[in-house]
Amino acid sequence: MKESVLIAGVGKRFAAIQALQEVTLSVGEGELFGFIGADGAGKTTLFRILATLLLPDEGRAEVLGLDVVRSYRDIRKRIGYMPGKFSLYPDLSVAENLRFFASVFGTTVEKNYELIRDIYSQLEPFKTRRAGKLSGGMKQKLALSCALVHRPEVLFLDEPTTGVDAVSRKEFWQMLGRLREQGMTILVSTPYMDEAVLCDRIAFMQEGRMLALDTPTGITTLFRKPLFAIRARETWRLLCALRASPHAASVYAFGSALHYTDNRPAVRVDELLAALQAEGFTDVSVSVIQPGIEDTFIALMEEKQGSAHV
Amino acid sequence: MSEPVIHTDKLTKRFGDFVAVDALSLTISGGEIFGFLGANGAGKTTAIRMLTGLLAPTSGKATVAGFDLYTGAEGVKRNIGYMSQRFSLYDDLTVRENIRFFAGIYGLTNQAIKEKSRQLLESLKLVDVADTRLASLPLGWKQKLAFSVAILHEPKIVFLDEPTGGVDPVTRRRFWDMIYEASERGLTIFVTTHYMDEAEYCDRLCIMGDGKVAALDRPEAMKRQFGVESMNEVFLQLARPKKTE
Repeated sequence: MKESVLIAGVGKRFAAIQALQEVTLSVGEGELFGFIGADGAGKTTLFRILATLLLPDEGRAEVLGLDVVRSYRDIRKRIGYMPGKFSLYPDLSVAENLRFFASVFGTTVEKNYELIRDIYSQLEPFKTRRAGKLSGGMKQKLALSCALVHRPEVLFLDEPTTGVDAVSRKEFWQMLGRLREQGMTILVSTPYMDEAVLCDRIAFMQEGRMLALDTPTGITTLFRKPLFAIRARETWRLLCALRASPHAASVYAFGSALHYTDNRPAVRVDELLAALQAEGFTDVSVSVIQPGIEDTFIALMEEKQGSAHV
Repeated sequence: MSEPVIHTDKLTKRFGDFVAVDALSLTISGGEIFGFLGANGAGKTTAIRMLTGLLAPTSGKATVAGFDLYTGAEGVKRNIGYMSQRFSLYDDLTVRENIRFFAGIYGLTNQAIKEKSRQLLESLKLVDVADTRLASLPLGWKQKLAFSVAILHEPKIVFLDEPTGGVDPVTRRRFWDMIYEASERGLTIFVTTHYMDEAEYCDRLCIMGDGKVAALDRPEAMKRQFGVESMNEVFLQLARPKKTE
């Protein structure tokens, strides 16, 4: 597979903070690649290096076969970058912003309209409105349109869905899916674990390092312990009781269930059930489940920190 | 149960022709964890600004923490806690200075501030970093501190506006531990979030759509009503705005 982005041993330090450390990976042409991690994981620093806005301290990176330090001018013409912070002109209207970004890249809105039609058509009823007066979901659609207007070959989206509601997030990912079908390479970062499954491959980021890299299904095989879902009506009391157990390796709330691992090698569902019933949880249910992306992320975080937070 | 901590009856806010919040009626009792959800632009922020005494309603009735929103907005502000996504703590102040500053704002006496600071630093295990500037602390610690500072003056209710945005999955869950513990002590929690798994942790939920209450119930009742497994599916069915903007 042809590579669109290559990152080899990249590190970056800001005073006392090691923002990125030894990050190595490559993204293939046409791939939808996700960086999953919390604030401070290094996602933005990495994106800024790839978008040629920041120089790496160590290692090297290439975008479309061009070095991010030496060939930054050429790279800038061929990529689209949507920063995490809304950075369009709030005093310009929707249409003016789009026209401005098209002209900066020496093109016109009309020339590439086909590419943004899907997204921009939803904004057209408001095209005379100032960008600063748009709602969160609308701002995000305009920012994406502006990042696409020059038909980039690689698109960098830094936390495009942070602070956006679940409905708009879903719509946004549908748009990304359609761009991907057109062959665009997309790198996207997000703190939402549920968005990871929508990517071709993902990298888990934590405190400047990559914890893991694989397909969404592949990454969950890194979770090696049997995982149980335990439910009872009194979730908080159940959580406290499980944490107090000497056998608990990890207990975390996942929606209406608790996800639990045990430090005994071959503990059975009926044993757990009996123990909890004996503690007075008459309505408790226990089942074995497949670990998800978030289970895996938490497990890898704990492994790295060297201690389980029960 | 005692007096409701929040009671609103057809609370409405108009901006010109636009009805941002349309006849919101809620009763929230002491110790309840109340989740307030909705799509961007559904009226959540406007509702919270009214309930925290920052914005005068257009019509309807409301009392918060025993004060009327029309005649007692100042009383409301003094008797609630508030923590937003952006923390509200000062990065350039130390942990101890932040506590002292907010305690002072809420009118605690010097003696009480001293005592509260000591208790808080101990219970949060921040004694060793008490004189460290906030900027250099991990996000999870700041978040714990922000929550504790927001309830330092022992309000009846705390408003948490997207408190867990941008934090890792472990820190997010630890934050919910604090919410549960506080609610066990009788504090009422009014929380907004975009994480649908967190919606499941609430005692009751209100989902807003186009300024109106689209649903108000316990999470399990909502899931049963819609015949779905998760709050995410409930949300996607309910919160899709009918009109654009």
